[in-house]
Amino acid sequence: MKKLMQYLGVLGVGLLILSGCAKSPGSKEQTITAVGSSALQPLVEAAGENYNQIHPNAFVTVQGGGSGTGLSQIQQGAVAIGNSDVFAEQKKGIKAQNLIDHKVCVVAVVPVVNKQVAIKNLSLSQLQAIFAGEITNWREVGGPNLQISLVNRAQGSGTRTVFEQQVMQGRTSKRAPEQDSSGMVRQIVKKTPGAISYVALPYLSSDLKPLTVDHVAVTAKNVQNNRWKIWSYEHMYTTKNLNQLTKDFIRYLLSDKFQQNEVRKMRYIPIKAMRYQQNAQGQTTKL
Amino acid sequence: MDSIAKKLQQRSLSARIERRGKLVTQCLTLLIVLLVLVIFAFIATKGVAVFTKDRGNLWTFFTGSTWSPDKLDIHRRPLIGALPMIVGSFSVTLLAVLLATPFALAAAIFMTEIAPKKGQQILQPVIELLVGIPSVVYGFIGLGVVVPFVQKLVGGSGFGIFAGALVLFVMILPTITSMTVDALKAVPRYYREASLALGATQWQTIYKVVLRAGTPGIMTAIIFGMSRAFGEALAVQMVIGNAILMPSSLASPSTTLTSVLTMNMGNTIMKTTANNALWSLALLLLIMALFFNIVVKYIARKGEL
Repeated sequence: MKKLMQYLGVLGVGLLILSGCAKSPGSKEQTITAVGSSALQPLVEAAGENYNQIHPNAFVTVQGGGSGTGLSQIQQGAVAIGNSDVFAEQKKGIKAQNLIDHKVCVVAVVPVVNKQVAIKNLSLSQLQAIFAGEITNWREVGGPNLQISLVNRAQGSGTRTVFEQQVMQGRTSKRAPEQDSSGMVRQIVKKTPGAISYVALPYLSSDLKPLTVDHVAVTAKNVQNNRWKIWSYEHMYTTKNLNQLTKDFIRYLLSDKFQQNEVRKMRYIPIKAMRYQQNAQGQTTKL
Repeated sequence: MDSIAKKLQQRSLSARIERRGKLVTQCLTLLIVLLVLVIFAFIATKGVAVFTKDRGNLWTFFTGSTWSPDKLDIHRRPLIGALPMIVGSFSVTLLAVLLATPFALAAAIFMTEIAPKKGQQILQPVIELLVGIPSVVYGFIGLGVVVPFVQKLVGGSGFGIFAGALVLFVMILPTITSMTVDALKAVPRYYREASLALGATQWQTIYKVVLRAGTPGIMTAIIFGMSRAFGEALAVQMVIGNAILMPSSLASPSTTLTSVLTMNMGNTIMKTTANNALWSLALLLLIMALFFNIVVKYIARKGEL
């Protein structure tokens, strides 16, 4: 008993010393947290690392969790930045007027199929009919005699909201298996014959087969000119009184250097390159 | 004289230590009880909000099969039919327990009755190893091995109740086995001796005496396994397909309470109907856990008599 107490005592003192070290005076370390959209997550992570290299005392912690999480956390003021693929106005329960919307880039969403599906192109109406459950066999769209199996993202996921808005255009989609991350979608489409789903472009990998829609391929140029219509802004929402680090970090993300290099490299589209704009109601107009 | 009397009347050092220890344990126990009560109250208040605040209908909650808490039906009530998930949860659990029980019983009998020494040496570490594997690993094995296997076996996508039950079967096997071992070990030695002395064979002894005497313990083991299967989230979520549909077969994509919860919690905003509806699922899970616990208590008490 006595020995145990001694151990605990030593441990406690040790912890005190350690924590003292961590907060040694002089260094002005600053940390902010960005939470939300998994589609935007890779870019913010990269930006955080780059930013930390330039400013060694500034740390950006990045977490996924989905656009809904990003918006609800920023609304509660629990984080510095809430990442979202959808406008705050589109999400029930969010008071958009209390938030500032920083649009940092654009992400395209692309339908993907299992490699066995010998199809390269679908028209928008065919895509609609497939996700509405009216077309259930690949034969009906000129493919092999194979059952179509749909894979959706979870209800309320940002990528799914974008896809439904631009492809389904108000039609209800069929109840289908749902996955809560792009990684799982990738895995399942890869393994299931006849599977179709959609991923944000940065998540497209060589083991999936992207489709062209109405013979338009998903390229940065086509998105900029709105020929590829399935895209959305990547928003970083902040509260109205944002601190200096948050301000600087978002400015860094929007800097020409970062936009031209990192953003393009990771297959997002720089915000300034867009020739079209979209509003919270999903209407697209030419700039 | 006085000092001796004083010393005698004083509490001794060990008594004081004992008293202090008792106080500390009581305080901590009280804290735990309080914590449980607070958690329960928290989930309960959040879980009923969808019925009290958002005009959800309790009857449709248990019988409806449309789950879109964001949308309203013609009576302007949210669509919160949780039946597909309830059915999914129960069928996965029951199927897993049905599969696991014979194996667990066999392993336990082997370990305690047939070859106690060898059984313990071989099976004990194997089963302990199974407990230590994190559920995400089970999920990945399920995704990589079980789902394609079901796909070949019955066709379809392979995601569904059957795949979920197969994964859970491995996960709850150690729970049921180790608790059954305890139950069989607790059967007094003289029961076996008496049975053998009466001329019963070893198998007759096991079947008619040991298993009968151990029944309450075995039941407890099975229900613990059920409760574990019912609450498992991640591994099941990875193989069940997560389609909020009434399951049409064992291999059609379906969903469970836990996977709906984990998938959607992050995408809903606190205090909206969608969020409240998820809390009502959480409350249902909590009630089920409580129910399993009560059943275990009841069986254990019956076993004592």
